[in-house]
Amino acid sequence: MSKISLENLNDVQYDVLKEIGNIGAGNATTALSKMLNIRMDMSVPNVALIPFNDISSLIGSEDQIVVGILLGIEGDIDGMMMFIFDVKSARHLVNTIMMQDKDTGIDLGENFTEMEMSALNEIGNIVSGSYLTAISSLTSLKMVSTVPSMTIDMVGALLSVPASEFGKYGDKLLLIQSQFGEMNFVTGYFLLIPELDSYDKILTSLGV
Amino acid sequence: MRMYLNDMIKVGMADLKTCKSPEVLTTLGLGSCVGVALYDPVTKISGLLHCMLPDSTQFRNNSNVAKFADSGLEELVKEMISNGANKNRLVAKIAGGAQMFAMNTSNDTLRVGERNVAAVKQKLSELNIRLLSEDCGLNYGRTVEFYSETGDYIIKSVGKPEKTI
Repeated sequence: MSKISLENLNDVQYDVLKEIGNIGAGNATTALSKMLNIRMDMSVPNVALIPFNDISSLIGSEDQIVVGILLGIEGDIDGMMMFIFDVKSARHLVNTIMMQDKDTGIDLGENFTEMEMSALNEIGNIVSGSYLTAISSLTSLKMVSTVPSMTIDMVGALLSVPASEFGKYGDKLLLIQSQFGEMNFVTGYFLLIPELDSYDKILTSLGV
Repeated sequence: MRMYLNDMIKVGMADLKTCKSPEVLTTLGLGSCVGVALYDPVTKISGLLHCMLPDSTQFRNNSNVAKFADSGLEELVKEMISNGANKNRLVAKIAGGAQMFAMNTSNDTLRVGERNVAAVKQKLSELNIRLLSEDCGLNYGRTVEFYSETGDYIIKSVGKPEKTI
């Protein structure tokens, strides 16, 4: 059975997980920044054990509409990775990458064309790819991501997917969350959600 | 009568609540989870369960009964009866159980919505509770409101007209 107990993570384990979030998100942010040729900053990651009831308050209200990109992680580590932007940020990202006029003044809201959806999906793919590669080379563990899948919907509904996976182990969800952004334009969250057994492997590989 | 969010009783993820008329129960952003509303039309005692997994017997860690369709429904019925509902009169309306991400994988977790709905239906028939209506499946999230005064179950989704079942 796993050594790690989600209810009692010690300080060292917290710090290591936080650092993993930091490194992964750092690389992902750099990748995104290079691709879009814009400057981006990121916040210090947050590792938190969140009861299901409060899970969406992490990002906003449960019915806030966001773009979510989900990837499965396979290999030495099993789990999921989710990448969340608010709709305004997604619109800005898409406009930047497709070199569209940013100031049409029209609120296109969550109506993305097929081409734009595809571009967003690709952003998710590149960003999560660099996130995983960074963690993979840090831990020398093999991680392969599945083809990403994107959905635009309420935060609560999107987060119910990783939550039900974690529901098998307990009543709380352990998240490694990093926020990144370019001024006020893009705000997004990376959520790394390994399965319980995989936490052991990550921590062991780093000598904790 | 419409109510504002602050006046409603909020049911979280893996949670259940009961209420009396004219109170309103709500749960926001149902994805693969299922929102089961139970209702006694005479006393108007109502209950709402937001369950996220189908079967409590598959897991050892099942202390939170509201997390599972089977144990959650049992608990909800029990609480409603102790609040004055009559078990024989209870009827149900259900919503949720969507598949939020389209992935062709054998990973069972991604099909959990479907399995949740099936488990809820099975438990309802075991408990002899009639299922009046449902709005389940597909690929979008739902916010639901249950009006104990009228028995209306209102479903709101992104970019779709509001539905009452």
